This record gives sequence, structure tokens and C-alpha cells, in this order.
Amino acid sequence: MSDERAMERRDFLSCMAWTGTGLVWTLAGGVPRSRSLGPRTAEAAEDGSWSFVQISDTHIGFKGGANPDALGTFQAALARIKAMDPKPAFLIHTGDITHAQKPGAFDTVTEALKGVGGERTFYVPGENDVFADGGTEYLGRFAGGGRGWQSFDYRGVHFVGLVNVLDFKAGKLGSLGADQLEWLERDVAPLGSSTPIVVYAHVPLWAVYPQWGWVTDDGAQALSYLRRFGSVTVLNGHIHQILQKVEGGVTFHTARSTAFPQPAPGAGPGPGPMTVPAGELRGMLGVREVRYVPGREPLAVVDTALA
Amino acid sequence: MRIPITTMLVATATALLLAGPTSAPAQMDTARVEIQAHGFSAPTLTVKAGTTVTWTNRDDDAHTVTSVASTFRSPGLDTGETFSYTFTRAGTFEYFCSLHPLMTGKVVVTPERSGS
Repeated sequence: MSDERAMERRDFLSCMAWTGTGLVWTLAGGVPRSRSLGPRTAEAAEDGSWSFVQISDTHIGFKGGANPDALGTFQAALARIKAMDPKPAFLIHTGDITHAQKPGAFDTVTEALKGVGGERTFYVPGENDVFADGGTEYLGRFAGGGRGWQSFDYRGVHFVGLVNVLDFKAGKLGSLGADQLEWLERDVAPLGSSTPIVVYAHVPLWAVYPQWGWVTDDGAQALSYLRRFGSVTVLNGHIHQILQKVEGGVTFHTARSTAFPQPAPGAGPGPGPMTVPAGELRGMLGVREVRYVPGREPLAVVDTALA
Repeated sequence: MRIPITTMLVATATALLLAGPTSAPAQMDTARVEIQAHGFSAPTLTVKAGTTVTWTNRDDDAHTVTSVASTFRSPGLDTGETFSYTFTRAGTFEYFCSLHPLMTGKVVVTPERSGS
């Protein structure tokens, strides 16, 4: 499994060869951090800043009452990303790319995201992307022969993508599983504690609302490997709304969907698409830019609504 | 616009069994389970062997009806879509939604002639 990491790194570094290192990184959420990250001089934006985008829960193929035009709102999200100036270095899609693996949905999203300005998009699956075939199509498209989890480095920041939606069992919560946990422990072991970490996965790694399945069963185990790091930013999707929590050096952020909102934890009989007055829908959908500006704190996790 | 689609995946063996040596009556028993608010309306449903159970998704979300023992498995069901399965033998059949695994239910199938 170390091959997955090596492959991802080689792959990414080759396509990102134009970038510099040596930037200072910080992630917001109330825990500003600032670190020097290497000898080379940044060559991107004039102020040395860089950013990446988190997009989540595009649910292409959804046609329910909560949003009969999920493709249209996805395209509105693309427009928001395209308008970013300077452009994001890359994108992270935190799953539920498709709605119930509707035919053509993977192609719609992957092709569209190639045209928004980021160098590439990193994906992790949501349950909608893997439930019908146990992940065969998803892994074939995105995992390069691996099992979907991945890590890479960008300008001194270590990124880890985790998979917590495979092998759902009746009455059980989603989990990472022993193999992935072992891989994660080994993946971060060589890193110095001052290395900023960004972890992304579909279902929240922290207990947002276990009664609705809004938690990862063994998420705490994963986080235990990250406690020694001074700056850990956890990005999740799945719950279609922005929630935030700070716990020591770890900040947790869940993201909006581009397709439909869901109720606040525990509000109503259950989770699922929430129908709101038509004029309010786009205000509850959006994308996220994570940006650092050297020397300026706090650095921003900026959520942009579609309206 | 949404058009309800009926997904009928009844084992072809069912018809043969019903016409088999037991000379079962032609009448086919049916039962229904609604899927709503991320739950099954009859978490435990008891039916006689030979009964066709139909699940209907009343949620805006997609759901599945997936047997724990892989006896039956629906595709993803959108709003208004249905899945049917005919239970031909007695036993307890546990199932869940493979998209939302906290949604669980079971069908208890009693022998066809019990109580008659």
C-alpha cells in the first residue's frame, strides 16, 4: 500500500513540476498557523498565496424535489470556481460525485472539473459512488489499481484522502477498516510534527450525529495518529452543510453540496434531501476555497454560496 | 419531471414453485413496505411463503433493499420506484439499505400451510 502513496506522489509531482515550494501555510478555522516550508522561492501568485478548492456531493443524476436541476447548480458551482482569481492549484472532490451511480454521472463530473482551472482533481468516494457495484467502477476510474485511499505532498503540506464508504454493513456505521488505518499510521510516521496535514474523506471523521450515520466508526483511531501534528485540517462532505469544530490542533470542516441541502443534525425525522423555498436553495449550496496568504493571518477557509 | 418506474425482479422460479406439486392456489399473496424518512414502515414484516413483498421509496433520497445474506438486492430506487421479491421458502430474511446502513428491516416468512 505504500505504493499507492508513492504513485500518487510521483504522479502529482510530475504534473505539478511548475510549482515552487517554500511557501508558508496556514489553515483557518480559528487556528491560524504559519510555517516556513522549504528553501525554494514560490513562483505562483505575487503575494505567494495559493489555494485549493473543495467541492462535494455533486450528486449528478439527482432529480428529486429538493432540486430538480442538480446539473444546473453543479454548473453554477463550476462558474464560481472558474471565477476564482488567482486560480486554485487543484481541487478535491469529497465524494457523492454521482447520485446512486447514475449512468454517465462520473463522466459528467470528471470532464467538467478538468475545465475549471485547477491542475487536477483528487477524489474520494461517497456511498452513492460505490454502493451498486462495491466500488468497481469508482476504483477503476480513480484508484489506479489501489483501494482509493491516497496521499500526496504539495508545497510542504501533506494531504491524505481516506475512504470510509466501502463495505457498509447492516446496522453498522461506515468505517475505514484495519488495512487503511495501518496504511495511514505508516503514511504519516516519517513526517515531522510541524508538517501541516490536510485529511479529506466523504463521511465526517468526527461524531457529527451518529444516529443518522454522520460519523466514521473508527475515525477516532485515524485521528489518534494525527494528534502529534500541530496543524491538522479535516475536510468532509456527506451532510450537505457547513459545520465546524476545533479540537486542539485539529480543525474539522464539513462542506456544502452543490445539489441539495440536508437538515441540521437531529432536526426532523431523518437525514436526506431538504426541500426549501426555491429562492433559498442556491444560498444553501456552494463550494469552498482554502487559501493561504503568507504573512497574513488567519488564513481562510472560504465558503462561497451559489447565490 | 419524474416518472415512477416499477422494478419487478421476481425470481422466475417463483412461478414454477407456485405451480408445483403442492397445487398451491393461484392467488398470490402480496404485502407492501413503504420506505420513508430513512426508515422501513414495517421493520419486521411477517408473511406466508409465496408472498410477494413490494417496497416503495417515498423519500426524495435514493435507497436500496439489500438482503444481508445476498438473497435479493434491489438497484438504487429513486422516489416512487419499487422493488418486489417473492419469498418462496420459510425463514427470516434480514435486509438493509446499502446507501444508509442504519436503515434495517426483516421479513419473517412462515410455511405456506401454517395455520390453514
